[in-house]
Amino acid sequence: MATASSAPQPEPAKNASPRFESWGRFPTLDATVLPMRWQGDFPGMIDGVHGGALAVGMGRSYGDVCLLKDGTLLKTTSMNRLLGVDANTGLLTAEAGISLAAILDFAVPRGFFLPVAPGTKYVTLGGAIANDIHGKNHHNAGTFGCHVTQFELVRSDGTRRLCTPTENPDYFGATIGGLGLTGVIRWAQIRLRPIVSRMIDYQGTQFHGIDEFLAINEQSQNVEYTVSWIDANSTGRNFARGIFMRGHHSNVPAPLAKSKLPKLVFPFDAPGFALNSATVGLFNTVFFHKQMKKTVTALQDYEPYFFPLDKVLHWNRMYGKRGLLQFQYAIPWEHAREGTEAVLRAVSKSGLASFLAVLKAFGDVPSPGLMSFPRPGLTLALDFPIKPEKSFALFQRLADMTREFGGRLYPAKDAAMTPSQFRAFYPQWERFARYKDPVLTSAFWERVMGEEAAR
Amino acid sequence: MSDFSTVDPSTQEPLLQLRASEIAAKAPRVPKRILVLGATSGIAEACCRLWAERGDSLFLVARDPEKLSAVAADMHTRGATYVGSSIANLDDTAAHPELLAHAINSLAGLDIALVALGVLGDQSQAERNFARAAEILHTNFAAPASLLTWLGNYCAQRHSGTLAALSSVAGDRGRKSNYVYGSSKAGLSAFVAGLRNRIDREGVRVMTIKPGPVRTAMTEGMKGSEKFADVNEVAEAIVKAIDEGTDVLYVPGKWRVIMAVIRAIPERIFKKLNL
Repeated sequence: MATASSAPQPEPAKNASPRFESWGRFPTLDATVLPMRWQGDFPGMIDGVHGGALAVGMGRSYGDVCLLKDGTLLKTTSMNRLLGVDANTGLLTAEAGISLAAILDFAVPRGFFLPVAPGTKYVTLGGAIANDIHGKNHHNAGTFGCHVTQFELVRSDGTRRLCTPTENPDYFGATIGGLGLTGVIRWAQIRLRPIVSRMIDYQGTQFHGIDEFLAINEQSQNVEYTVSWIDANSTGRNFARGIFMRGHHSNVPAPLAKSKLPKLVFPFDAPGFALNSATVGLFNTVFFHKQMKKTVTALQDYEPYFFPLDKVLHWNRMYGKRGLLQFQYAIPWEHAREGTEAVLRAVSKSGLASFLAVLKAFGDVPSPGLMSFPRPGLTLALDFPIKPEKSFALFQRLADMTREFGGRLYPAKDAAMTPSQFRAFYPQWERFARYKDPVLTSAFWERVMGEEAAR
Repeated sequence: MSDFSTVDPSTQEPLLQLRASEIAAKAPRVPKRILVLGATSGIAEACCRLWAERGDSLFLVARDPEKLSAVAADMHTRGATYVGSSIANLDDTAAHPELLAHAINSLAGLDIALVALGVLGDQSQAERNFARAAEILHTNFAAPASLLTWLGNYCAQRHSGTLAALSSVAGDRGRKSNYVYGSSKAGLSAFVAGLRNRIDREGVRVMTIKPGPVRTAMTEGMKGSEKFADVNEVAEAIVKAIDEGTDVLYVPGKWRVIMAVIRAIPERIFKKLNL
C-alpha cells in the first residue's frame, strides 16, 4: 500500500532525502539537503542549523567541492528563473540555479549560444561561476568567468553585494572560481554569443605523439574550438595517439530549434570488473579507428559536438558503485610537453584504465577569478575507476609530477589532492580565504585546509 | 476589364488555396488570456512557463512580492505577450471581486483561469488545534470557492472560458495521515463538479485537476520524493488537458486507477489501514 500515500505529507526533511552525490560518486558523505527555490531563501533557511552550509547545483563536479560532511547542502536547481535578456547585446540574466541546458534551450532558438560551453550542459550557472569552468574555446575566449558581467552575492549574515569588475571587484574576483565559499550567488548576468545555426563545422585529424599534437595545435590558433581525445593506454608505436578535433559555429543560416530530451539512461551500476585495461584498450582502439582516414570533416549538431556524454543520463554508473577518480592538470608551456609525456607514460605503465582522456591547450586570456584553474599551457584530463589499492597511489604520483612541472590540479575534478599540494598549486589561497564566508564550507575546503579548517 | 474575363479559374483556384494555407500557417497564434491565482506554487509556475513560451498573456496573483516579481520576470523573458501581476492575500475573499475585475481588465478578457492556491498545512497540528485546521480549510476550499463563484458567473454570462481548479488525489478519500488537507480538496473537487454541472451547458469548461505527489520545492526532501512525478511533466499534462477541455484530470494518469482501487476498499477494512 506504499503507493497509496496519495498526497504530500509533511515529513521532517532532515536525512530523509537521498544522499547528494558528486559525479565521481567518491567520496560519499552524508549531509542534509535543503531545496533553495527563491533568492530570498538564504540565509533564513539555515537559521538554527548547525554545521556548515554550501550551495550546490547538479552535482556534476567529480570530487568533493560539492559535498559536505554533516552539513547542509542548499540545492539551488529549482531557483532557475530567467530574469531578462537583451536581444541586441545577448546579455542574459538568470537565477543561479538555472542549468546551462535550460539556457541553451532558451538561447539557441533566439540565435544565441553559451560564451563558453563545458563538457556537459547539466551544470548550473552558479556552479559554472564557482568553478570558473572552461571549454574548447579557452585559447581564444578564456574561462566562463570572463563572460560574466555581474552577479549578486549574499553572505550568511544577510548582506548583499552587487559584484561587477568595477563594483566590489574583490568579491567579484574571489567568487569566480571561489568554489561557492564566498557567499551564495542569487543571480548572474552573462554575455551570450550570436549563432546562425545549430551546426558545427567539424574537422577531426589523427595524430601520433605530443609533437604532432603540438604542431596541429599551432596551426589551429584561429580555430574557435579545439580539443583532443588522446589514448592514455597505448604504448610503443601507438603512444599518445589521438584525434585533434577542431570546430567552429557554421556560418550558413539553418533552423535554430530547441534540443530534444535525451532518452538513454545508463540503467544500473556496472560491476567493478566491467572496466579493465582490456575493455578500455578496446574502446580506445575502436575510437581511434572509428575515424578511418587521417582527416575527417563533417557538419555536426552542437549537441554531439559539445556534449557527447549527455546523450546517456547517469553515464557515471558505468564505473560502478565505487565511482571514478578524475585527474586534470594544467602545466605551463615551459614544461607542458615533457610533463604531458611523463604523465601519459606513468598512466599507461600503471595499467589503470583511462578512457575519455582529453588534451587541450589553454590560452592566455586572463580570468577575473582569483582562484581560477586554467593557465597558459596544456591541460590533460583523465579518469580512472576507483580500485582502492592502486588508484590513489597513482593519483598521488601524478599530482606530485604535476607539481614538479610547475602545474596545478583542478578542484572541480579533485577528490585526493593533499593540503600541501593545494597550497603549492594555489599560493593565493590565503588572500582568497579572507573572502570566505564563515558559515559556508565544503568537504574539499576542509580537506585541503587540514588543520586550518578545524580552527 | 477584358483582362479579368480571360483569367482561367481552373489555374487560379489552386493558387488561391495555396496562399490561403500559407497565410494560415504563418498567421500568429492568438495569445490566450490566462489568469493564474497562486502563481508562485510549483505546479502553477511550471504551467506558466509553458504558456509564456508559446506567447500567451498572463496575469499572475500571489502573496509574496519578491517571489511574484521573479516569476513575472521569468515569464516576460520567456516570451509571454503580456505579463501583469497583483500582490494579494487570496485568503481575503472580500477583496476577490475587485481583484478579479482588475485582472480581467488588464488582460482585456479571459480565456483561462487557473486556481492554484493551496497549502499543505501540518496535519498533526491541525488535529490538535482546530484554528490550524480552519486555516487549511479556508485557503484550500473557501477561498478557491469564492474565486470560482465570481469567475463562474463572469464566464457563464459570456458563454466562454475555461476554469481549471487545482485539487488533489488526496481529496478522493480521507486518510488519517492528511485528512484535513484531504477534506479541503474533497470539498473543492465537489464544488468544482457542481459548478461544472451548472455552467458547462453555458459554454464554460470547468476542470478538476487532481495531481498525485509531485516533486516540487515543497515536497523535496520528503521520504520517497525521488519517486514523485516531475513537475514539468505534470504541467505539460495540465496545459494539454486545459487546451482539450478535459473534465477531470488525474496526473500522472496512473492515479486514476490507483484512486479507483482505494475508493473501492470497503470502509470496515479501510479504517484499519495505515495510509
